[in-house]
This record gives sequence, structure tokens and C-alpha cells, in this order.
Amino acid sequence: MRYGIEDVINGIRALAEGLGDVTIMEVCGTHTHSIRRFGIPSILPSNIKLVSGPGCPVCVTAQEDIAAALDIADQEDVIFTCFGDMMRVPCGNASLYSLYESGRDIRLVTSPLDALEIAKANPGRQVVYFAIGFETTAPHTAALIEAANNQKVENISILNTHKTMPQALQALLSGQKKINALLCPGHVASVIGANAFRFVPEKLNLPAAVSGFEAYEILAAVLKIIELCRYNRVDCVNMYPGVVTADGNRRAVELMYRFMEPADAVWRGLGIIKKSGLKLRREYARFDALARFEITHRKPEEPKGCICARILRGDKTPDECARFGKDCTPDTPFGPCMVSSEGSCAAYYQYRD
Amino acid sequence: MDDKITLAHGSGGEKYRELVREVFLPAFSNEYFDPLNDAAVLDGGAKIAMTTDSFVVKPLFFPGGDIGSLAVSGTVNDLAVSGARSAYISVGMIIEAGFETAVLLKIVDSIAKTAREAGVRVVTGDTKVIENRGASDGIYINTAGVGVFEPDRPIPPQKIEPGDRIIVSGCIASHGMAVMNARENLGFSPPIESDAAPLGKMVRTVLENPKNAVRAMRDPTRGGVAATLCEWVSQDTDIVLYENALPIKPEVSAACRLLGMDPLFIANEGVILFSVPENCADSVLNSLKSTEQGKNAAVIGEVKPGSGKVIAKTEFGARRRIVMPRGELLPRIC
Amino acid sequence: MCLAVPGKIIKIEDSDAIVDYGGVTKRASLRLVDNAAVGDLVLVHAGFVIQVLDKDEGEELQRLVDETMRML
Repeated sequence: MRYGIEDVINGIRALAEGLGDVTIMEVCGTHTHSIRRFGIPSILPSNIKLVSGPGCPVCVTAQEDIAAALDIADQEDVIFTCFGDMMRVPCGNASLYSLYESGRDIRLVTSPLDALEIAKANPGRQVVYFAIGFETTAPHTAALIEAANNQKVENISILNTHKTMPQALQALLSGQKKINALLCPGHVASVIGANAFRFVPEKLNLPAAVSGFEAYEILAAVLKIIELCRYNRVDCVNMYPGVVTADGNRRAVELMYRFMEPADAVWRGLGIIKKSGLKLRREYARFDALARFEITHRKPEEPKGCICARILRGDKTPDECARFGKDCTPDTPFGPCMVSSEGSCAAYYQYRD
Repeated sequence: MDDKITLAHGSGGEKYRELVREVFLPAFSNEYFDPLNDAAVLDGGAKIAMTTDSFVVKPLFFPGGDIGSLAVSGTVNDLAVSGARSAYISVGMIIEAGFETAVLLKIVDSIAKTAREAGVRVVTGDTKVIENRGASDGIYINTAGVGVFEPDRPIPPQKIEPGDRIIVSGCIASHGMAVMNARENLGFSPPIESDAAPLGKMVRTVLENPKNAVRAMRDPTRGGVAATLCEWVSQDTDIVLYENALPIKPEVSAACRLLGMDPLFIANEGVILFSVPENCADSVLNSLKSTEQGKNAAVIGEVKPGSGKVIAKTEFGARRRIVMPRGELLPRIC
Repeated sequence: MCLAVPGKIIKIEDSDAIVDYGGVTKRASLRLVDNAAVGDLVLVHAGFVIQVLDKDEGEELQRLVDETMRML
């Protein structure tokens, strides 16, 4: 028979009955968003809890990187391009959006290649692409550099804040007890492969499932995780078949590493995590915006009383923060999790009960 | 007439007269407008409605409309939802020096055409020209509108009651996505069309049927359907929204999905939201469906006793709260 | 993270695919995949096709769900 969404929900309820508390961490902003949007917490049994980890690239982008973006975007003759996601992230009193309002040339793009087209159309000006995201987006940046290099477009550079997921998860989840299972990000996995998440059962000793983003897909992955918990099996099951293969997209990964190499990265709220970032290889370092504009990282102050770092670790939920919904709202965000519409705090706020 | 609008055209001198004579008068001519007095003297009924709205849309032209058609539709729709019949509008323009007269003529033409379609007359206007702020492509339009109430026709109280059904007159989010696609060069093909249109006739079709009663009507523009519903709920009501009943064109839905945007929060210019007593929901729906602009109308929710929440129900029974949208929506990629 | 949307390739122009998302089409780069053809269902993220989808995805997920449901 074919199982519909109701069957899966009933399956989760049956398997979860009598089981202790199970806290599942999801590490993808689109998971956070879909889970809230579909109202999934409202239909799960009370002993199954979903918490959001550091999966939203906007949230984990360090304040010094935002400050660098503002320093570059505020320069005369620069065309600064970024995804809509980054526009409103504040740093002190400014954001890319406030610079745009004051007349700076800041343009939304939906693909890094849009930035290349803008550079070609404006040969007398410097175009900067704000490269954010995990392995799903990093190959795109590599493709941009490749195209710029091949086509000899030299008036483009990237502000690179790319990060890699497995290293961060390993650093974050080693030796902790609060998280019992992991819902692995389907689109990251579609690039790096389901096998890249084998470390979750093997090194962290946690059950896991790779999940898609529709309500049915998320619930099916939760069902599989509860089954693993119920029968004390520690495994990582690919519940996004057809999109995610064991090895992922080799061509994309190969391109990514041809232009970039692993480097230490600063995660907002989490600090420096070894080899969890990607930097341009030396041959392509001339495309690095920090060098081109001679920007030195300045360290802005983190907002006071903000518990985003603990939320990103899955220690706390947004409603446990004293500032949540009071003076920290999507209009006046303090911490990274409220800034991004995909952040846990913003998603909680947007879809609060 | 010169090829470019210059500061002189805003000066009130001969150039200004020329602008009025050659651009506005031919387009808007009628017995109220033609005297060109400081204020138009109008025939009014006992009770009138008045509204004003300013239009700063970019780009000026987008698939399905332009700043001119929008300036008329926006204002007459505000009048329509008050229950009044739109009668007169004013058109005030602020134009950047250097603006192409040919473009201005196109916009004015669109205003005139939309006004005819809406059955309103442009009765007064004003123009100021400001210094060029960049590309000489700036034009901002303010329209004010006056509507009259037909005698003996009940005026919607604009208050929802428990038991009411919420009806939307057509597919949502088309306008906002059309403008965004055009402005940000998102490259959707075929381009998404705005549904901006004057809706007075459709609203009158509903109000003229004696079987119909309407508790509240709203034109869900900025902030989309979500903003109107959030404004409607009071301390002792909830609105439950049936999410899968929302009519939306497939191309608009696909564009929203691609940009990570929720259609509930996207601006509309061609739909009206109604809250109607349960016992006339069917009849209001039928009245709407009998009109061209209301053919996709649907019941999308109901009002319940509650505590001021708007709650969307998904197809498998999960619930999520809808809260007032904030700021301009931006596409989300990652 | 990562908003990726499935669509169908209806045309290939040089190294780009024209992808239909059910009513609208948009151009996407094929630089990250090497086996895409007209008619393929693909996953697109930020202007690039990142994966050619297996047409039996639904069936395979059903099989995985079935595995669990049998235990009940």
C-alpha cells in the first residue's frame, strides 16, 4: 500500500509511545522554515522535540564578515551584489539595506553568475559578490571564479564566507548529550553525498536521516529516526533518495576544491572551527575582495544578553531567551537567529503559537 | 511640447500651462476638470467616501500594468471596499527634471484608460518638477478619490463576526510577483502578469444582490492577504485560514517557491477580501464568480471566537500562526 | 539552508538549461552536472542545476517508509 502523510504521523506516534524524550537537531535553514511553516511540531508527540542547529548560513556568518561587507559596499564606485538573505543583517546600526537606502549601489542577485554579468556590463566599476553558504552554494562560487578567470573579467571579486557542514557538526556535537539524533540537510547532501554524513553514527554515535523539505519528506525522515531510536540502531539513512546519492555530485565537489581549499572559519556564536571553511586557492587569490579592497577585519561587539550561540548549539530554544519577542524581533533583531528569516528565532517568531 | 520635462514645467509659468494643455487636458477632459480651477466643484450625494494613495512603483511599466493604471486602480479599489461607487479622482504628479515626455504621455494615457474602465472622472490635478536625482526616470503619482454611496444600500460595517466566511475574489500574489520579477530582472518567462485592475463593478455586483450581506471588504495590497487578516481579527475572534483553498496561478506559485516567498504576504492589486455571514457565503461566491475578475473566487477561511490570532491550517491538520508581515519582502536563496 | 527547487529541462542552450517549474521557466547553468538532458527532472539552486533527479524518487521513499511501517 501507499502510505500517506496521516499514516506516517500515526507511525511516528506509535513508535514514539513509551520512548523517552528524543531531541532531533536539524541543521538547515530551509528545514527550520519548512518545519515551522507546515506546523510539524504541532502534530508530533510531546516526547519528540525538534531543535535547530547552525544550519542557516546567514545566522552563522560572523559579525566581522558582515562588517567587511559593509566596509566594501560603502565604497564609491563599488557594485555590491548579494542574495536577498543578507540584505537586512545588521552590524551596529547599519546593514546592506540601509546602505542601499542611502544610495549605495547594492544589487540583489539570485545566482553568482548574475554578478558576472553585472561586472561585464560595468567594466569601469568594481563588482563584489558576497559568497555565503555551505557546500550547496560553494560550487556556484567556484563556477563564478572559473568563468571570470576564463573570460578574463578582472573587475569582479568575492567576499568569501563559505563554510562546510560536516566539520562544524563534528565540532559542535562531540561529547554532548542533549541532542539524540540528527536530521541531515538534504541539499547539502545532494552535493557532498549521503556518505559524507556517515560520521554522525560512526563518530558521534547518533542516529540520523538525510531529509528532503516537503512535509511528507520531513515526517518520513522523522519516522525513520524514531524507528532507529526505538530499536537502538545507530545509522544514517538516506530518506531523500533520488535527490541524494551516496557519493553526491562529484563534479560540483571537484570544481569547488579546484578553486578553494579548506581553511579555518569563524562561525558566529560558535567561534573558530578548524577546517570548517573554504578559502580561494593561491592562484585565484586575486579575486579575494578583502585583499583587493585592503579590508582588515574589525571586530564588532556582539549584542548583550543574546543567547543565539546556545540556540545554535541546540542548548536552548528561542522562547527561553529573555529578549525574544520583547526587544528582539524581526524588525529590531539583535542576534543572528532573529536576523535571518531562516533563523530559528525568526522562524519561531513568524510562526509562533 | 518639449521632449523632456524640465524644472520649468513645474514652475507654474507658460511651460506649466503647456504641460497641462497638451498632456493632461486632452487625456482627462470633462466638465469638472476643464475649468482648471484650484478645486473642482462636484455634485455630491448625502454621504461620500474619500481616500488618497501615492504610487512610487519601480519599474514604471510592468507586465499587466504601469504606474498610471495602478494609480487609478489602487484608489478606486479603496473606495470600492468602503461600499461607495467611485466618482471622481485627482491626479498629482511629482516628476524628475529630464523625464521623457513620451513616457509621461504613455502614463497619462493609461490613467485615462483605467479611469474610463473604472467609471471615474479625473477632476483636478497638480504637477511639480523636482531636480534630477539620477537617471531622470522618476515619477511619483498621488491620486485622491471621492466615492458616493447609493441611497438605501447598506454600508458594510467593516467588522468581522464569529461564523463569517472569508472569501477572496481571485488568485493571490500576482501583482507583487509581477513587479518584483520586472524590477529585479529575475528572468521568469513568460513574465508574470500583474492583475491590477479597478474592481468597482465586481464589488457592486456583490452588493447589488439583495441576498448578499457583507461584513467587511478590503483590498489586500502591501503585506498581502496575511496583513489584512491580521488587521481584521479583534481581541475576541480568530481567523482560521484553509491554506490549500487559496487560489493562486501556477506560475505565481512556482515563482514564490523559487524565491522562498510566501504568497500570503505578497501584494495584490486585483483582488478583494470579503468577510460575509455564513448563510450568504455561497451566494456571494456565486455573485463573484459571475464576474470576469471574480471567476477564481474561493472561500478561504472562517472567523471563530478566539483571541486575535490568524491560524493557517495545512492539509494534514497541522496549524501555524500567521503574524503581521514586516518590511519589504526580499527573495531568499540560501 | 539552501532553497532548491525541482523543475524540468525543456531546452538546452549552450551550457544553460531552460527549466520549467510548472508555468514559469528560468535559465539555469549546467556547469555543475554532466549528464543532464532535455526532459530530465532536475534540482536547481541559485541559478545552477545541482542534481539530475531519479524519476523513481517517490517509489524509493515509499519503500523506505514501508520498511518502518511493517514493524508496527
